[in-house]
Amino acid sequence: MENRVPAVSMRGITKTFGPVVANHDVSIDIQRGEILSLLGENGSGKTTLMNMLSGIYFPDSGQILVDGKEVSIRSPKDALDLGIGMIHQHFKLVDVMTATENIVLGLKEDKYDLKAASRRVREICDRYGFDLKPEQKIYDMTVSQKQTVEIVKVLYRNADILILDEPTAVLTPQETEKLFDVLRNMRKDNKAVVIITHKLNEVLEISDRVDILRAGEFIGSLKTSETGVQEMTDMMVGHAVELNIDRPEPKNVEPRLEISGLTVRSEEGILKLDNVSFTANSGEILGIAGISNSGQKELLEAIAGLQPVESGDIYYLPHGGQKTSLIGKDPLDIQRLGVSLSFVPEDRLGMGLVGNMDLTDNMMLRSFRKGRGLFVDRGTPKGVATDVVDKLEVVTPNLATPVRRLSGGNVQKVLVGREIASAPSVLLTAYAVRGLDINSSYAIYDLMNQQKEKGVAVIYVGEDLDVLLELADRILILCGGKVSGIVDGRKTDKYEVGLMMTSLGGGEAK
Amino acid sequence: MFDIVSFIPRAVAQATPLLLGSTGETLTEKSGNLNLGIPGIMYVGAISGVIGAFFYEQSVGSYENANAFLAIGIPLVCCLLGSALMGLLYCFLTVTLRANQNVTGLAMTTFGVGFGNFFGGSLIKLTGSDVPSIALSITHKFYAAKLPFAKSAGVFGKLVLNYGFLVYVAIVIALAASWFLNRTRQGLQLRAVGENPATADAAGINVGRYKYWATIIGSMIAGLGGLYYVMDYASGVWSNDAFGDRGWLAIALVIFTIWRPNVSILASLLFGGLYILYLYIPTGTNMAIKEIYKMAPFVVTIIVLIIISMRKKRENQPPAHLGLPYFREER
Repeated sequence: MENRVPAVSMRGITKTFGPVVANHDVSIDIQRGEILSLLGENGSGKTTLMNMLSGIYFPDSGQILVDGKEVSIRSPKDALDLGIGMIHQHFKLVDVMTATENIVLGLKEDKYDLKAASRRVREICDRYGFDLKPEQKIYDMTVSQKQTVEIVKVLYRNADILILDEPTAVLTPQETEKLFDVLRNMRKDNKAVVIITHKLNEVLEISDRVDILRAGEFIGSLKTSETGVQEMTDMMVGHAVELNIDRPEPKNVEPRLEISGLTVRSEEGILKLDNVSFTANSGEILGIAGISNSGQKELLEAIAGLQPVESGDIYYLPHGGQKTSLIGKDPLDIQRLGVSLSFVPEDRLGMGLVGNMDLTDNMMLRSFRKGRGLFVDRGTPKGVATDVVDKLEVVTPNLATPVRRLSGGNVQKVLVGREIASAPSVLLTAYAVRGLDINSSYAIYDLMNQQKEKGVAVIYVGEDLDVLLELADRILILCGGKVSGIVDGRKTDKYEVGLMMTSLGGGEAK
Repeated sequence: MFDIVSFIPRAVAQATPLLLGSTGETLTEKSGNLNLGIPGIMYVGAISGVIGAFFYEQSVGSYENANAFLAIGIPLVCCLLGSALMGLLYCFLTVTLRANQNVTGLAMTTFGVGFGNFFGGSLIKLTGSDVPSIALSITHKFYAAKLPFAKSAGVFGKLVLNYGFLVYVAIVIALAASWFLNRTRQGLQLRAVGENPATADAAGINVGRYKYWATIIGSMIAGLGGLYYVMDYASGVWSNDAFGDRGWLAIALVIFTIWRPNVSILASLLFGGLYILYLYIPTGTNMAIKEIYKMAPFVVTIIVLIIISMRKKRENQPPAHLGLPYFREER
């Protein structure tokens, strides 16, 4: 390789949060005209490392060199002055402002002229192929449009070192393609691009080089053209992992949940589910695919009794028991029947777990009504918590740690683990592996499969199509609240499902 | 017959402290600080002005010896200083030490009222007067000075020109605040701080500095409301607890105007009018009904809140991060 001065060199970076070491002696180089992937499991310190480059955190020790000169980045402003811009996983946008207002935020140009700024935004969009209306308010935008605003914001500041934190986590396959095209245009423009990711196929598709972190330490740097999925995974996880997701044949299949003509409206009167009908079988994983906000959440909540239903029926058919309607039933009664919901929202703590409570107390949220007498039973939940921590390898100092302090992946394991521990007969999960690394994701897939073999009807709402295609026996695709189709997970492919996600029945877009 | 020519000036006199208070609070809230200390700050602004005016009057003795510049300037500076210190204290507690904003604000109000009454009581002792009040008639003359031709300019003169200078200052400040919030870069950045400080921080805006400045300047503006009340409206007479619930009304006005200082110019007039409406109920009516009239501004605020929450327009919502502390490294 030719001897260039790297755009950015990080040398011997260490950062600790209390007793937790997020990064230890990490050194990486970022080159211009190159797309670098930063690969690592959850909690491996990828985002922390990049946050130090973008001025959110300050390293405890180590140096950062930009174009060969040592710099001190004490704030996001310092970073931008050096041409470093980061697009965070959670967008940093002000909802009530327009795209342009968000883009000029924090700038110190000579004159405050929003019209001129809008013109420049349009220029940037034309150059790289973005699709964006400068006057649109952020709250009116789709996730992909918001991401575009973030990227344009960084480019508007003449940044030539771009860091993207898991940019594809929220995009459909088609949107991801578009984003990658834009990134390739930037590489042509001699910008340095870093993407933080844990999706190996993306690493291979887009990047020139990949740097791998594990447990806060730098493991190695590979040329993407000379490596493969297996090698990267081994480096990332530290030991060889079986990469195939098991999909045992369904056994003892019988209808467990029958849904017909389900229609749900949101409080604002917007149609969220429109005439949805399907059957979920025991001993089977039913995958649900769809662009975010296509009605997945409403569907699960309607089944769990949390969402008022406008019309339609939901029947629960227990093994050898009476067919009962779940409509109008109390969520608590539905739960007692054995229908269990674990929903992992974007912020991970929003539903189901209380951030300030410790592990045991969070387990107790499911069981505190049980038992008689004045006092609650803390013994059993403590046992459940110990079990979940052991089985799912939750990294926590002890059971008395508030859940809020755990890393995102570990929070999720606690949530999913608790739902499974209640031995449900219908298990509803949404985004169970959202943001999880490969190792923990596989632990969760295994749990799903175990449940399936026990004869549980598993409904799995997922974001990663590759996983849905390997895990689910059948896949139901939602598109704008309607059932776009139900396909056999063994016979379909990503392209077909992707098309059905964006247009009803997979036909041409309307 | 309802006498509009006498009603409007009285409504304006009621409206001015509310307008200043609400403009100051709007500016503060736009930075994400819910400063419930405003009633206390207006109180402190008033008593600080009174202290300044008291010692100036003691030193000059009579109206003839007084210098207009000093008679207006000394209470003004004292008032701004006192309320700025209150704002600074509030910011130090909530921004730097990240104390709970509601608790801090309420404590500041309690403190401000106590502070005012303590020094008010002390000054009353110093004068040795029989009535529990201090009359600052010299300062009042300067603060309430009107254009000489206003009285002779007919109805227009009586309704528009016939006020002390602080009334016009209040309107100019409200217009300037609106212009600042919507038309300047600093205004945009201030709004961003109140909506989403993490975003503002990532954009390189110094969140703490904006919160401090917005709150301190907001407090100074609100403090002027207290000063106007004593020096102009109350004819320079300070008596403990006379300021009443005007501070809370100013906070209600912020919500009523959905965080728009320019709207507040008319809205404060409406509130001021509603506030004194009870004086215009026909004689002979049961006086207990008066209290119902006094409720009017608050009832109107509740109705507006209901309407706004029903319309659910995003621009009409309070700043999204209002009342919450910001700490960069918190997840």
